[in-house]
Amino acid sequence: MKLRIRNGLLVDPGAAKPQQADLFVDGGKIVATGKAPAGFKAAKTIDAQGRWVMPGLVDCQARLRDPGQPEKANIASETAAAVARGITTLCIPPDTQPPIDNSATVELIHHRNEMFGHKARLYPIGALTRGLGGEQLSNMASLRDNGCIAFSNARFPLASNLVQRRAMDYAAGQDSLVVIQPLDFELLGNGCAHEGAIATRLGLPAIPVAAETAALAKDIELVAQTGARTHFGQLSSARSAEMIARAKAKGLPVTANCAIHQLFLTDHDIGTFNSNMLTIPPLRSQYDRDALRAAVADGTIDCLCSDHQPHEVDAKLKPFPSAEPGISGLDTLLALALRLVEEDLLPLAELIARLTRNPATIFGLSGGRIATGEIADLIVVDPETHWICKAEDFISKGKNTPFEGWDFNASVTHTVIGGEIVYEAAPPE
Amino acid sequence: MADNIQLDDNGRLRHFLGIEGLNQAIITEILDTAESFTSVTDRAIKKVPILRGKTVANLFFEASTRTRSTFELAEQRLSADILSLNVDTSATVKGESLLDTLQNLEAMQIDMFVIRHQDSGSAHFFAQHVRPGVSVLNAGDGQHEHPTQAMLDMYTIRHYKQDFTGLRVAIVGDILHSRVARSQIHALNLLNTAEIRVIAPRTLLPVETESLGVSVYEDLERGLEDVDVVIMLRLQKERMRGALLPSEKEYFRKYGLSQERLRRAKPDAIVMHPGPANRGVEIESSVMDGSQSVILQQVSFGISVRMAVMSIVVGQSGLQSGGAA
Repeated sequence: MKLRIRNGLLVDPGAAKPQQADLFVDGGKIVATGKAPAGFKAAKTIDAQGRWVMPGLVDCQARLRDPGQPEKANIASETAAAVARGITTLCIPPDTQPPIDNSATVELIHHRNEMFGHKARLYPIGALTRGLGGEQLSNMASLRDNGCIAFSNARFPLASNLVQRRAMDYAAGQDSLVVIQPLDFELLGNGCAHEGAIATRLGLPAIPVAAETAALAKDIELVAQTGARTHFGQLSSARSAEMIARAKAKGLPVTANCAIHQLFLTDHDIGTFNSNMLTIPPLRSQYDRDALRAAVADGTIDCLCSDHQPHEVDAKLKPFPSAEPGISGLDTLLALALRLVEEDLLPLAELIARLTRNPATIFGLSGGRIATGEIADLIVVDPETHWICKAEDFISKGKNTPFEGWDFNASVTHTVIGGEIVYEAAPPE
Repeated sequence: MADNIQLDDNGRLRHFLGIEGLNQAIITEILDTAESFTSVTDRAIKKVPILRGKTVANLFFEASTRTRSTFELAEQRLSADILSLNVDTSATVKGESLLDTLQNLEAMQIDMFVIRHQDSGSAHFFAQHVRPGVSVLNAGDGQHEHPTQAMLDMYTIRHYKQDFTGLRVAIVGDILHSRVARSQIHALNLLNTAEIRVIAPRTLLPVETESLGVSVYEDLERGLEDVDVVIMLRLQKERMRGALLPSEKEYFRKYGLSQERLRRAKPDAIVMHPGPANRGVEIESSVMDGSQSVILQQVSFGISVRMAVMSIVVGQSGLQSGGAA
């Protein structure tokens, strides 16, 4: 379909300054910006006057709970949420049920997306070890041939440093990306809140910062040993950001992401045992939050993700330590991220890079740019639609949000994937 | 606290979940009411009709001897109908959720729940989900609070020392895992205690303990200097596993309360323990049975304090004081 997006402010993460211009799409690709190519006749025109046109978001960590946990969510419900909120690409960690450690599960995910999905691009991250058991390597090469874009053991421990070293060697040998959420499982223990004054007062089993940094230090040493390209996920602490900065300065092939909620919430938000504030890693101190923000601004942290973990209502209807951790994040990823621009943490194009170009580059995916010849995964955003976050309005099946009642100022009016309009917001009444 | 569900719109006690979030007036009302009930406890017929026609459910998801039995006695003396459940051996083992357990019991027209549960925050969770008019009393939630225990400890201290404002109180032992200590610290602070010390090895102290409003000592002998009240905490045997402590022997050598060490405290200092005590681990037998020990008195005060809390929660303190108003 020939599509013209008229007069929007084009936010290209590669460009210094957004520019107001028309954008032309044909054959699933961006064919021109500014002047129409000769003979271009749009079958459809989107009026983007006063709106931003940017690449669709690439969410490098989102659990869709499919296959295996239909009570929490499924591909249909979550891709519907994704496209309506401007996320066109999702990387899926391997801890589905069964885990993504065999080609059949990869195919099942793609099949379900074709049958029931809403056109979002899904990229499975394969299990680093068989069954995520931490002992035997998965068939990484076959999984890679079948479309796994990276390998991770998600939030499951590896049996030993030796297994980790060999898994990273094997991945490096085939130039696959390794994704690690750094966690020392003994230091994590049965903890459920950041080790600090809040956990002390509430008597909550505490998670020290070292549960992340002790693991991260070891992981970085194994990167140095093996040369495996490694992406560190869901960092939560100031010290972790420092360690990533040092590793990068030494030239190690490391990159990092941070879940968007870590930039907005701290352990204080637990209040009186609000189980929607239960996350692993935990919400940490204000000091950590500020340091993570600075690391996002200076590029130490390359990507922002939703760390989407939708839950059924019952999973959170428990006393805090027994509730299941995680936040339903697809519905709020873009709106929260744009707040960072409103708060002058970083310029719009820089922020968008952390949600599009950077994850696309790191994970080896197309998209993430606005330029002639790039795939047309695009979103149109109205920066002046005030809305109040209500769990009941979430499109995701998971209503577990800690952002109930927050004010946001931007929303998606159109989502285009592969040149096709897959979402169009109802016009305001 | 932003959402203090313990108090109703008039600032009166509706649930009793923790000392944190209460005020001095409520604490004092509880102590005064408890005092008025001591005479009931001493009478030949030990009953008053305050909870007549009301049903109280005691839900103990964790084992308990004295808390549970003193709650039951207090309920009987207030003429309540009582339903006591050891939930760890019943439904939840079969996979029933806490909320389902609660709702099934509510269907039996329970007016008040007394709950002990291993999760910090479980009493708040219950209170958030009961019907209006139903009260929840916390008999210990995880490592968070055990407010009736703290109130009977305050009652004991007031009984022997009258006023808190000049007192130095030391709490010794496993602060990290102790819900009793947290409640005691909040209560002592609300009562304007001059100094609250906690004494423990670092592995049994939570981080930023000072933020609770206490001074921290890692040396028992220094910490006991000139204190008026010594509260010993129980040391769970399982702390030896998981590398928190080397051995009971070393713990007793460094943190056990002996006659000799007690001499560092004021001569008229009282010794308390929420029980059950491990003789020879945290406290020497001769101290436990000695003249400064008020450990058994604590247990008997526990009945009137729990009667007081239950009466106030149903709006019948029997006193004319206005509570928090």
